[in-house]
Amino acid sequence: MTTTGCRVVITGIGVVAPGSMGREGFWEMITAGRTATRRITFFDPSRFRSQVAAEVDFDGRKLGLTAHEVFRNDRFVQMAMVAADEAVADSGLALGAGVEATDPDRVGVVLGSAVGATMRLEDEYVAVSDAGTHWLVDPQYASRFLHHALVPSCGATELAVRFGASGPATVVSTGCTSGIDAVGYGSQLIEDGDADVVIAGASDAPISPISMACFDTIRATTGNNDDPAHAARPFDARRDGFVMGEGSAVLVLEELEHARRRGAEVYCEVSGYANRCNAHHMTGLRPDGVEMAEAIRLALDHGRIDADEVGYVNAHGSGTKQNDRHETAAVKLSLGPTAQQVSMSSIKSMIGHSLGAIGSIEIAATALAVQRGVVPPTANYEVPDPECDLDYVPNTAREQKVDVALSVGSGFGGFQSAIVLAHPTRRTP
Amino acid sequence: MTGLVVTGIGVVAPTGVGVEAHWSSLVRGEPAIRPIVGFDPAQYGVSLAGQVTGFVPADHVDPRLMVQTDRWTWMSLAAATLAAQDAGYTPPEDAYATSVFLAAGSGGNEFSQHEIQGLWAKGPKSVGAYQSIAWFYAASTGQISIRDGYKGPSGVVVSEGAGGLDSIGWARRVVRRGTPAVLVGGTEAGVTPYALLCQATSGRLSTATAPEDAYKPFDRRASGHVVGEGGAILLVEEADAARARGVERVWGEVVGHGATHDAHHHADPAPDARQYARAIQLSLADAGITPDEVDLVLADGAGVPELDALELEALQRVFGGRADPVPVTAPSSFTGRLMAGGSALDVATALLAMRDGIVPGTAYLDDPVDAPGLDLVQHSRAQQVETAVVLARGFGGFNSSLVLRRPTEERTS
Repeated sequence: MTTTGCRVVITGIGVVAPGSMGREGFWEMITAGRTATRRITFFDPSRFRSQVAAEVDFDGRKLGLTAHEVFRNDRFVQMAMVAADEAVADSGLALGAGVEATDPDRVGVVLGSAVGATMRLEDEYVAVSDAGTHWLVDPQYASRFLHHALVPSCGATELAVRFGASGPATVVSTGCTSGIDAVGYGSQLIEDGDADVVIAGASDAPISPISMACFDTIRATTGNNDDPAHAARPFDARRDGFVMGEGSAVLVLEELEHARRRGAEVYCEVSGYANRCNAHHMTGLRPDGVEMAEAIRLALDHGRIDADEVGYVNAHGSGTKQNDRHETAAVKLSLGPTAQQVSMSSIKSMIGHSLGAIGSIEIAATALAVQRGVVPPTANYEVPDPECDLDYVPNTAREQKVDVALSVGSGFGGFQSAIVLAHPTRRTP
Repeated sequence: MTGLVVTGIGVVAPTGVGVEAHWSSLVRGEPAIRPIVGFDPAQYGVSLAGQVTGFVPADHVDPRLMVQTDRWTWMSLAAATLAAQDAGYTPPEDAYATSVFLAAGSGGNEFSQHEIQGLWAKGPKSVGAYQSIAWFYAASTGQISIRDGYKGPSGVVVSEGAGGLDSIGWARRVVRRGTPAVLVGGTEAGVTPYALLCQATSGRLSTATAPEDAYKPFDRRASGHVVGEGGAILLVEEADAARARGVERVWGEVVGHGATHDAHHHADPAPDARQYARAIQLSLADAGITPDEVDLVLADGAGVPELDALELEALQRVFGGRADPVPVTAPSSFTGRLMAGGSALDVATALLAMRDGIVPGTAYLDDPVDAPGLDLVQHSRAQQVETAVVLARGFGGFNSSLVLRRPTEERTS
């Protein structure tokens, strides 16, 4: 069994990220090294250990959603819809009812989400249980859209309906690698000849009491509540956990010839993707990074790219002690001597860790870095950690032509994913 | 071109724990739809479900792991073990050679209801250390991978009821890219107060109190469906790799898959069944066969009159030109609808039908609707099955179709 060998390019990008508006606002923000982390405003966090998050000032109605769309959908779906609208508009593709320029049967949807409609799930639960008073929840207080809103596949449904995409559709939920895996799976649909266009991305909106509480107990999130703007410190010796974030990024993936025929502008090629599991621990990482290194190596192999071509690594860089050490080891193991020269940065230092969504947001950042020849920095990087001794692009963006970039992720459950993006003019060796 | 074969089946279902227990319930015509136990569902307007009553988690799951996981994951862990045992599969030396690629549709319902209850009743400190790993949709995949040491490319797909079939579709992509063995399918455990309430708001659940009145796909008195729990996990392997490790028994070959989305409405199905029919046609084309070659269809069987009619319309579009009507059965009528677990269980059932030459009937199908050109199977009967099509739909418009073939060796004997 083999794939058709179709090549996949990114022709549209849409972003909903903390501290900014849309793709260009996001890019301006992360290349300026500005942080969007702040004391939580969505609820009173004073009883929580971690009281900091990167929140999006999001109003679906102001961003083009109808009142019905807002009413029936959790925030994660609303964000995905807004990001997808921007991505599709950016691609120049005419999608939707009555438009036949692209065969709708050849348009797929793959949306990643780690925790789906968790905010809505909790809000509705508070109502039907009377704030945890009744185990036998009261149906009189349930929204009639409860099922639609909570069934996690509704995110893919809403996008398929929105763009008339009648090809294969699914939600991917592999925890914090969901966003990379969604783009990886979307690329596989095109490679295997099952779609010409895939609307692929991820969305998560986990800044809610239950999500904050469950990461509190395992001390995965930061306790640095006194200085919220500088609480996310990936690769810095003082890092003490990740800052919760939220948001969405959606990409338009397109078969290369399909894009060429319509004269589409191409950000970059998706040259390779791979994921592996560490089979070690649901939340723990071994310091050696072997499985992530394997995923990186395979993703490069898939694109027939040598390690020394990689100019930029968009890191998972969550800012936990163990992750940043694990990831540094994985990059050294997979890239060899190139690891010492490569630029590597974590945008989670600025926009927090939006669980499954962040993988797609980071791919968006990586695609823009490749297209524009600018590498975003790692903010809040001041004190080097001897165990993290690569070039993390401290605090200031760097102008750098990038032919090949890597974006990697690691998540609960042991998932390790890597995706390779290449500049459209990269010469195949 | 080499193929993909199913070599192991693990069932944890209302009809039984273990593949043979499930199968004998179907063959004997004994549905497992019963009054809900564990809590009083009266206020949700629902009184019946397919619950897995014969499942003793401690027989299958390490007690240390049990406290960290939801009932949904207990069932997945058990089904994964049963599938590997059935296949005679021991983890190979290369840990990357096995993947876990499951479907999920609702996560750790009871576990998370408990933790959210505690959070709001008592405060953040009441939330335990395992909430972060017990409820999210990837929990079962991650736990199986860790317990059994499988490091291959693993994943979780969510397309509601279609997920079980879609996980097999994605596993084919994994195998194409060089990983020889993948655990597929999934389980669900949503017969809990909050999860049941959520499902009830879909408006598709039957309010009947007698099992014979509740979930009757394709019957004139169909009035909705009954929910259930459990599912199946199967081991699929690249055919040459399975032979190379000396597999003793191949259940069947996975020869085609097709998936589409209605792209019509956030809740209502498209009124023309075009995309559903197209998913079936894509799977047949993928298998390289014509509709005439299909011996059995395992239908989605939603039990909602409008959805049943659309399914029959899709089937008539694809199979209507045949000289002999294609047999259509809906074994989910025995278990209730298990979300992502249900379509995986139907794959197991199709393979059992092939093995024994017995087509299971549709429970409580007493008075079938008119279905010209289709043969709605009421009661189990003897019939050779070489090629079967398994269908599934997911709430919101997901359509999925999988084509299975009896193993070649057995066909010649």
